[in-house]
Amino acid sequence: MVQLIINGAPKNIDIDPDTPLLWAVREHLKLTGTKFGCGVSLCGACTVHMDGEPVRSCVTTLAAAEGKSVTTIEGIAEPDGTLHKVQEAWIKHQVPQCGYCQSGQIMSAVALLESTPNPTDADIDAAMSGNVCRCGMYGRIKAAIKTAAQEV
Amino acid sequence: MGKWTRRGFITAGVVAGGALVVGVAIRPGHRAPKLAKYVTEGDETLLSAWVKIAPDNKITAIIPHSEMGQGVLTPLAQMLAEELHADWETIEVMEAPGIDEYSNYVLAREFLAGDKNFPKLLMPTVDGAFMKITRSMGLQITGGSTSVRFTGAGGMRTAGAAARELIMDAASSQWDVPLSELRAENSHVHHDKSNKSAPYAEFVVEAAKHKPNLKPKLKARSEYEIVGTSRPRFDIPSKVDGTASFGIDVDVPGMKVATVKASPVHGNKVTSMDATDAKQMPGVIDVLNMDDFVAVIADGYWQAKQALDVVDVTFAESEADKVNQEGIYAAYNQELDAVDQGGKAKKIHASGNAGSAREGAETVFEAAYQVPYLAHACMEPMNATARFHDGKCEVWTGTQNPLGMQIEAAKAAGLKQDDVTIHNQFLGGGFGRRSDKDYVVQAVRLAHKTNLPIKLIWSREETTTQDHYRPAVAARLKAGLDSDGMPVSWESHFVHKLDPPEASEIPYNINDKFMGFVESANHVRLGPWRSVDHTQHGFFTESFIDELAHNAGQDGYQFRRKLLKGKPRHLAVLDAAAKLGDWGKSLPEGVGQGISIAESFETIVAELVEVDTRGAEPVVTNVAVAADPGMAVNPDGFKAQMESGVIYGLTAALYGEITIEDGAVQQSNFHDYQMVRMDNSPNIDVIIVESDAPMGGGGEPGTPPIAPAVTNAIFAATGTRVRNLPIMNAEFGTSS
Repeated sequence: MVQLIINGAPKNIDIDPDTPLLWAVREHLKLTGTKFGCGVSLCGACTVHMDGEPVRSCVTTLAAAEGKSVTTIEGIAEPDGTLHKVQEAWIKHQVPQCGYCQSGQIMSAVALLESTPNPTDADIDAAMSGNVCRCGMYGRIKAAIKTAAQEV
Repeated sequence: MGKWTRRGFITAGVVAGGALVVGVAIRPGHRAPKLAKYVTEGDETLLSAWVKIAPDNKITAIIPHSEMGQGVLTPLAQMLAEELHADWETIEVMEAPGIDEYSNYVLAREFLAGDKNFPKLLMPTVDGAFMKITRSMGLQITGGSTSVRFTGAGGMRTAGAAARELIMDAASSQWDVPLSELRAENSHVHHDKSNKSAPYAEFVVEAAKHKPNLKPKLKARSEYEIVGTSRPRFDIPSKVDGTASFGIDVDVPGMKVATVKASPVHGNKVTSMDATDAKQMPGVIDVLNMDDFVAVIADGYWQAKQALDVVDVTFAESEADKVNQEGIYAAYNQELDAVDQGGKAKKIHASGNAGSAREGAETVFEAAYQVPYLAHACMEPMNATARFHDGKCEVWTGTQNPLGMQIEAAKAAGLKQDDVTIHNQFLGGGFGRRSDKDYVVQAVRLAHKTNLPIKLIWSREETTTQDHYRPAVAARLKAGLDSDGMPVSWESHFVHKLDPPEASEIPYNINDKFMGFVESANHVRLGPWRSVDHTQHGFFTESFIDELAHNAGQDGYQFRRKLLKGKPRHLAVLDAAAKLGDWGKSLPEGVGQGISIAESFETIVAELVEVDTRGAEPVVTNVAVAADPGMAVNPDGFKAQMESGVIYGLTAALYGEITIEDGAVQQSNFHDYQMVRMDNSPNIDVIIVESDAPMGGGGEPGTPPIAPAVTNAIFAATGTRVRNLPIMNAEFGTSS
């Protein structure tokens, strides 16, 4: 039994603690916004926050999340449904195409802005280069991060 | 309300709930029983492009294409709303179900294509071969950048206009005023004289009694208010909050998860399997030898994957085991040598007499190029969910070809086509990969065999090694030159051809030319890859023309201009790219510009690239894109497609390479199949150069010009001509 907090709510998860957090979140908690892309921390599609830090949930075991606070894409809007400023900026810049990588992109961007509220291009490159977008929307992602940064 | 069985091309009717339905019929006949199960209010003849107007005046566009990232739902709805004079805020969209009523193949063939050549690449059968038009069944394929060009320009506009005319006619008779005194605006009919107005919905019942106009009056382009404006995409809100449902997100009660391994050498069968250890692992339900692959069925994906990794499986040996990449290229070159020595290449295009023009030329310039196999690397690994119940089969998956999947799933399950339902989901990338049946058929077979609802998920490794690859292609180009170095003949011989045939055609004014191919078969599975054959021929043609320019001592941009005389669209696009990217500007040593132009799917795109070669690897810093799609229905959406096509093609140009050793694909995941990422993605500027040409495609045409623009820029910066892709394998000389 692993105890953790998911999107603000305490949960007990009774599966093999070696299970990657990705599959615990997707298959056990049915939070499918977090995506499986590569399984080995190469693409960033599975990015979630653990105690505020971005982690690749495909290589983070459930056991490693014991007692931690985990936030997924489903947990970044306000409880009343108001979107996070990063989500708003994503809509404004019409970032997603297929959209599959975007949960991970947004989670990386939210974490970046929490640690670096006014990121430079180099900061953005460093924080976002672990997230692959096959539709190639890097330019829009960068512009959206800058827009979100201005809306404090 | 009575049922409608009107015969003809345009149909209209009122369906349950009082909604008016107008569509483009493709065959006459009363189809209500068949449609009703798919579209709850369905009650009409075969309809392809649909508009529904509900009693609350909500308008729904039913779109017969898959959303794989290209944002197709929005521009198609715009085209419909435009002709309907609809209030954009009340427009909703739904994707048409995968049944033959919605086949865009039939739609295009029987209604839209007219004298247009129907693109052959829309006819790949689901078994990977190419189907002849005469024996093909209806396909509902999203590919060939056709959605807006065919479905939109024909079906959507016609359906919208026909619906508007029906409503206006109804209003005229209901209000007893002349039609000429009425106008339609914002989903309302207005009679200004009497200051009367009413929502479309009020005329639905009356409208359905009128015969729809076969050729409704369409707006002139100058009258467009919705088409040509950047409307936000319908699908984006769900893609920023995690609620968008992709195939991999489907949850069916009682479902188990499977993952599979097929022979790394495509086509080899399973000869033995020892699953003793795997079967004892937690959560594992069964391990199956499916003859052409092995599968683990478990409670969850992780358990299935862990178990699959310890299944001891051997595959049959075959001649294919001896195939390696060097041998493939050697075989290609042997075929091309034979052509050089007088053997025949199969003609694709020819005009004049290229051979004798070359022989009569002052000099001859030759170059050989080579591009590798490429994987699609969709972000969402291949997956499908299948369930059998009451002798029927349901499938949930993301596919570019829902109707083809229905046919193939039915074959695999031994069912009639009508007993299979495809629930198409958002596609986490398609790029051509999701037009194939393999992953869907595997899921159906596993669900059939286990009698359990099965969600099949391929690992990234399986997704990479069991793709259907962009072919490796070798080409030899020859030009006869006059005393000024201008080409008087052009010959291109190459190994491997899929489609479309015009890919090897050149835009330049050279009368004596020949383009032809020879075959060199092997076991590697091939499939359409974003822009299909245009991707390699864009590279061959635009590299070669650049070489000819340099050989003639001329500027690459001006050299192309001379050979494009009388082609105003090409010239406008080339000029716009040159201007946008500031062609010829002063640059430091080691930094260079390259330009290219390619037409595909009726859109012309020129790209001007700046490359900095001063570091450890060449960095593409800027890309200026000028594109003429005739008209862009949704300009921002079109620009996004250009940006996407550039990055997709740039990844391939810089890094993309699938190699075969001992018959098997060597690459497996993103560590050895590299991607352009944020830190090496260029600034991209896109300018749309509209013309009065028919609407061209958007999803693919941004890709072909990028590779040659980059290698031309590398040449300008270093004097090294990269003739074999990917660029990462090239050695660079010092700046010349």
